[in-house]
Amino acid sequence: MTTLIAPADVTLPDDRSVLVTRDFHASAPLVFRAYTDPDLLVRWLVGSDGWEMTRCDVDLRVGGSYRWEWTHVDSKAYFGFFGDFLEIDAPHRIVNSETFDPGTLGGDMGKPAQSEVTFVEKNGVTTLTTRITYPDQASRDMALSTGMTDGMEQSYQRLDTFIEGDLQP
Amino acid sequence: MPFDIPQDATFTALADPTRRAILARLAEGQATVAELADPFQISQPAISRHLRVLEKAGLISTRIDAQRRPRQLNPQALAQVATWLTHLAARYEAQYQRLDAVLEDLQSDPTIPEGDMK
Repeated sequence: MTTLIAPADVTLPDDRSVLVTRDFHASAPLVFRAYTDPDLLVRWLVGSDGWEMTRCDVDLRVGGSYRWEWTHVDSKAYFGFFGDFLEIDAPHRIVNSETFDPGTLGGDMGKPAQSEVTFVEKNGVTTLTTRITYPDQASRDMALSTGMTDGMEQSYQRLDTFIEGDLQP
Repeated sequence: MPFDIPQDATFTALADPTRRAILARLAEGQATVAELADPFQISQPAISRHLRVLEKAGLISTRIDAQRRPRQLNPQALAQVATWLTHLAARYEAQYQRLDAVLEDLQSDPTIPEGDMK
């Protein structure tokens, strides 16, 4: 019997950042691997209903780049994220740039944000912390609101059901 | 849309720790500028500036009570932000639950090939 893990916590620590925290019942090296190995990434970085991850290139070295893309099964619309690795300290920390590519969805290419991910292991539990810092507040709010309006309502509704069923006392 | 996206002003208002503390205080009940300034150990003009930002964002409003002008929380505006962050957290949580499953697989079968990791 494992102890319950609290659901992902999202806060806005300042004007232009988003901070996401979640614990995992696994060692830091294992979480780091699942976070950086493309074969493992495609298994959990899944899009919402109707979207599938169609590209997951990861060149994990400082100066190396990555590109993730999701394509809609029916319409073939796509969007993605890409960036470069700026710092890698396996299995503790990754810093990379992150740019939103609207693909065929329309809209402008986002300004590059910086993402810092840390893996801190204690007593067999690894805390994964992601801090995404945008160049300014407008970029952050736009990035977040894009996530809210890109056809994910359906999955949110499914998640609402899930939250009501499983996470509330 | 199942929910509204909060205004920029709302995010600005919530980004400041003093303003979040003021909201937390107002969640316990209405308070005047003087009552708010005391526990925060900052000047009344500074509190007033924070209150203007919060009011502009629609997070609080001013009541008129004889000679007093107590501020009160607008729970609706705050609920909107809370809902919005809850949905964002739920999106991450959905991904992380799949990551949980991947990690469980790795732990039960550590021979899963490492792919092209360098």
